[in-house]
Amino acid sequence: MTDENPSPVPEASMPVVKRLGRESGKAESWLFAWTCRGAIWFSVAILGVLLISVTKNAVGWLDWQFLSSFDSSRFPAKAGMLSGILGTCWVIALTILFAVPIGVAAAIYLEEYATDNLLNRFIRLNLANLAGVPSIVYGILGLTVFVRMFGLFGPQGWIHEFTGWNLEGFFWSEHYGQYLIPLPFGRVVISGALTLSLLILPVIIIASQEALRAIPPSLRHASLALGATKWQTIRFQILPAAVPGIMTGVILAISRAIGETAPLVMLGAMSFVFFAPGNLDSLSAVAEHPEGLIKAPFDTFTVMPIQIFNWVRQPKEEFKYIAAAGIVVLLAILLLLNGLAILIRNRYSKHMRW
Amino acid sequence: MANTAASFSGLVKRSTEGGEALKEPRKTMIESKSLCFYYGQNQALFDISLVIPERSVTAFIGPSGCGKSTFLRTLNRMNDIIEGVRRSGEILLEGQDINAPEVDVVALRKRVGMVFQKSTPFPKSIFDNVAYGPRIGGLRDREKLAHIVESSLKRAALWKEVQHRLHDSAMALSGGQQQRLCIARALATDPEVLLMDEPASALDPASTARIEDLIFELKEKYTIVIVTHNMQQAARVSDFTAFFLKGILIEIGDTEQIFTNPREKQTQDYITGRFG
Repeated sequence: MTDENPSPVPEASMPVVKRLGRESGKAESWLFAWTCRGAIWFSVAILGVLLISVTKNAVGWLDWQFLSSFDSSRFPAKAGMLSGILGTCWVIALTILFAVPIGVAAAIYLEEYATDNLLNRFIRLNLANLAGVPSIVYGILGLTVFVRMFGLFGPQGWIHEFTGWNLEGFFWSEHYGQYLIPLPFGRVVISGALTLSLLILPVIIIASQEALRAIPPSLRHASLALGATKWQTIRFQILPAAVPGIMTGVILAISRAIGETAPLVMLGAMSFVFFAPGNLDSLSAVAEHPEGLIKAPFDTFTVMPIQIFNWVRQPKEEFKYIAAAGIVVLLAILLLLNGLAILIRNRYSKHMRW
Repeated sequence: MANTAASFSGLVKRSTEGGEALKEPRKTMIESKSLCFYYGQNQALFDISLVIPERSVTAFIGPSGCGKSTFLRTLNRMNDIIEGVRRSGEILLEGQDINAPEVDVVALRKRVGMVFQKSTPFPKSIFDNVAYGPRIGGLRDREKLAHIVESSLKRAALWKEVQHRLHDSAMALSGGQQQRLCIARALATDPEVLLMDEPASALDPASTARIEDLIFELKEKYTIVIVTHNMQQAARVSDFTAFFLKGILIEIGDTEQIFTNPREKQTQDYITGRFG
């Protein structure tokens, strides 16, 4: 309860400033400003050197052929990134699909519903710890849980052992000659996406919590005082107001997921892949075999960072330039995704002012 | 102060001996029966008993932290959303205990609207702000919504200023307009009681005057309870005034009596500006 009646009495007796020269505080302030300026220019310069050197190497190799053809282990001139680009697109799309709704829902629970008890404090504390776990650990987790599914399925699996059933998958497809949804999932797109989802969930949850906490309580109270239920208040006031902050977290998380290599190598994403997930390498392929859309998440795959890593390891000199071209494409896709997220964020923050 | 209920001029069922009888008998809208309220270990309200008559303006005055806002918020159970609060005693709205288990707090808040100190328009259009209450109540009919928005804005004396820009952002309105928008928004759910927590304290004198005029008009139809720091404002707009000090209801009575002839010395001291 603040008293809103400040009475600015003009200070008639204020002493007139006599010295106008530079004082000791000025020098410090100047030094600090230039130190900060130096820090930002250092970062920008590093980024500039990186971009220029990579782009220089990529020139001449980055062409339509590179973007539209599959990999080649023998001929650098024929090597392309299509399987990596499509693999990354599938993995990231599924990762967003899993991680964003679960992460935002978890943040809403923690901020709006959870009471302040021991369990919830334990959860909150460990979210921060989870965000710091090395990604390779998530790779091992994903390998056990999603790729092998604890060894439950298959001819040697526990389910077979105890019941005699032999579960190998769902939806037999004549076109692919295999189950559309195999059990266990194996080294496929969805295993990678679920693993990356686990990896970025803590980041999304923490960022969403921050965003929800930043909503002024007055907005909540105004909505509740009008007879809105808690759910209506969250749905119509708090979530829309929190979208910009949540999107910032999602941008950071997706940027991290798109560049992750280690957990996917752990899962067994392959390096030389000569097909797209579900063989969907063009729109006509989708039209001919729509079941491929179900098959694709359950197909083996590679992603761009793994391809780049693999090219760098190749003995042939030309693969270095191929890798540079790959990096440029990876950065371009990253920028594209981030731009999209910023667009969504700005659309929502248009009306916000308090 | 010995017996708060007895120092209540004429609003209690038995008449007071001083001859300050109520000008006209009014139906009781809200009745508080020995209400105590605690924030954790701190007791914020001590045994508050009072009656708020319908279609009148009742002002709560008192220094900061005296519990008047806390008491106001118990009237539509806005304190429920704070963790670790406790309460004893009863609040009756037209004879019904609002804290009874069968009472739906959402329905209660539709009957007892609230306007806050800081105007809090939603970051939406003016129309959507006013239509928010009816919409969350399930009203979808565009024509009815438009009618409610228009009549609410008219009642809040804002219609003339905004009728041509209903779909502009409410954030673009001036402070006084925003506060009247919040009043219109509260009126749109068709409440019976309107709680106002220092509605004009952040506004300039001209906007304050408009809000006060508005309160004067609104009491024809609504029961208004207003918390204010501004004693001139309490004297101008209210029919009844209650003085709170340190969580205790010191005195309640006709505004005229409180300001000209207070029964308690503490009231006298506060009104004459000796403290607070």
